[in-house]
Amino acid sequence: MMTNKARTFALLLLASTALAACGKKEVENLPPVADNTPGSTTDTGPTGPGIVPGSQEDFIQSVGQMGDRIFFDTDRFNIDSADQATLQTQAQWLSRYPQARVTVEGHADERGTRDYNLALGERRANAAKNYLASLGVDAARIQTVSYGKERPQALGSNEEAWAQNRRAVTVVIR
Amino acid sequence: MRLDRSVTGFFLALLGIFALAPLAKAQVAPPPVPADDEPELVEFDTAKIRRIAVPALVAPSPADTPAGNSANLGRQIAEVISANLRNSGLFEPLGPAGIRPITLAEVTAPQYDYWKGRNVEQLIEGFVRVGGDGNLTVGCYLYDVNFGQEQARLGFVVAPRDWRRAAHKCSDAIYSKLTGELPFFDSRIAYIAETGPKGKRVKRLAIMDSDGANHRFITNGQSTALTPRFSPNYKSILYLSYQDGNPRIYVYDIDSGRQRLITASKNPTFAPRWSPDGQTILYSMAVAGNTDIYKISAAGGASPVRLTNAPGIDVGGSFSPDGRQIVFESDRGGSQQVYVMGADGSGQRRISMGGGRYATPEWSPRGDLIAYTRIAGDFRVGVMRPDGSGERLLTDSWQDEAPTWAPNGRVIQFFRTERNSGKTSVWQVDLTGRNERKLPTPVDGSDPAWGPVLP
Repeated sequence: MMTNKARTFALLLLASTALAACGKKEVENLPPVADNTPGSTTDTGPTGPGIVPGSQEDFIQSVGQMGDRIFFDTDRFNIDSADQATLQTQAQWLSRYPQARVTVEGHADERGTRDYNLALGERRANAAKNYLASLGVDAARIQTVSYGKERPQALGSNEEAWAQNRRAVTVVIR
Repeated sequence: MRLDRSVTGFFLALLGIFALAPLAKAQVAPPPVPADDEPELVEFDTAKIRRIAVPALVAPSPADTPAGNSANLGRQIAEVISANLRNSGLFEPLGPAGIRPITLAEVTAPQYDYWKGRNVEQLIEGFVRVGGDGNLTVGCYLYDVNFGQEQARLGFVVAPRDWRRAAHKCSDAIYSKLTGELPFFDSRIAYIAETGPKGKRVKRLAIMDSDGANHRFITNGQSTALTPRFSPNYKSILYLSYQDGNPRIYVYDIDSGRQRLITASKNPTFAPRWSPDGQTILYSMAVAGNTDIYKISAAGGASPVRLTNAPGIDVGGSFSPDGRQIVFESDRGGSQQVYVMGADGSGQRRISMGGGRYATPEWSPRGDLIAYTRIAGDFRVGVMRPDGSGERLLTDSWQDEAPTWAPNGRVIQFFRTERNSGKTSVWQVDLTGRNERKLPTPVDGSDPAWGPVLP
């Protein structure tokens, strides 16, 4: 899971800085195409060179850089309309790759106590999972894990950073 | 009486040198236990700082031990006693550095006039002797300088590697004698040692003595460890680990280094706590996103019992010292608040009423107070009575969190997070809110959990 997350982060960084200019260089860091990838023969989606259809990289390319996550208000876990749109895009990708399985990682910002934040992260991950399931994704394909406040994405101690950290991130399981 | 039990366990008739003093005299009088309904939360007067001299303990015939020469140990024991008393905030110890060394004869016949001239109120003297079996015999005396009177004497036999325990036992006896409070120095702390950048913190389970000495890392940091709790007998530690990728509670056996899950459930489990008798484990478990509090036999085998079922997050929990009640936190009313229930889950009622959010309640080992984290803008550590009255905040910083009680219920540790950097440190404060100090840990630290006085 951490590998996925680290890779997601690395991809985000690359995409936001130098993707257009040095696409070839990044591609070298990606795993080779597997022969038995589900959907690889039928999918005509916008997979780039070297990106395995149905993979985490494919997922990110399909849903967009921040399309893998939804955000929450302090202590809340409701799915608002922006979250719904994001999760609908994720659900479309998941319907294209019925073999793909995902983990939804629930997170909280640092302005909460540790145990409560673990519970809150679990609640947020489940809210995302339940919404994906309501869109027709088999719940058995979706795992959840809470990281509480242990894995902040934005490192500052301010409202903007906390808003980015109150999140549920969907990660494709390898 | 905890003190009696622990002291008698170590106590030895010190023959020869103590021949003139009957053994019975060596017992420290047990400190009084305040009544449950005491009106005041602050019992000891911190305004009165006592000056107390602590010369190096005498080594009558210095000998080498695996922990060093006994003459050095005599000095080191005095240093530990001196540091303990200073860190309590109630004493101003002098020595062992910078004061006159004493002779063996002075240990039982102190030079009161000399110490009066040094403006000290109390005097601690003692000796370290290496026995034929290689063990240390440590004698420790407390004198009232103004009255020219012995106030306490104690003797301990310890293996050389345990010399610090003798120092802590001596500190405890003196602290109890002079303050009327129960002892707490001879105890240990489990906590989480933190390193690395904020976005990728490495968190390791670690243990140390109450003063930070004898520090030991238990996990290697490959998986995140959180929220440890020492068992009351110090044989095992409950803690959360992401070892299998998910947050789950393990019970780690200190002697064997082995650990096991407390429940076979695949659901995430967190916030583990022991009952005071060590027979029961309290934990929180999320099922389909909803967190409730459960209890299970520490021996394993039996099925868990669910104690809460309100919609919302019910989490944490801490037993009253008699094991009959549990204080916990819940957001069932819309925000995190502190609730009390019977140990069977009956009679759940909210006790925090001061506004803001309340989290991480911990019942004092004395039963008279509950410590908590108050969230109202900043995070502060406070205490209140079990009925929610008498609320008092003890700290004031950006983020102070997760109080844990000293075994005597008069000192609290917690951890402090720095804004932006995310750096953490373990701190200690007494019930007056004064005498706040940072504990010396080798790296950053969080989630402290104070164990009882060592058996």
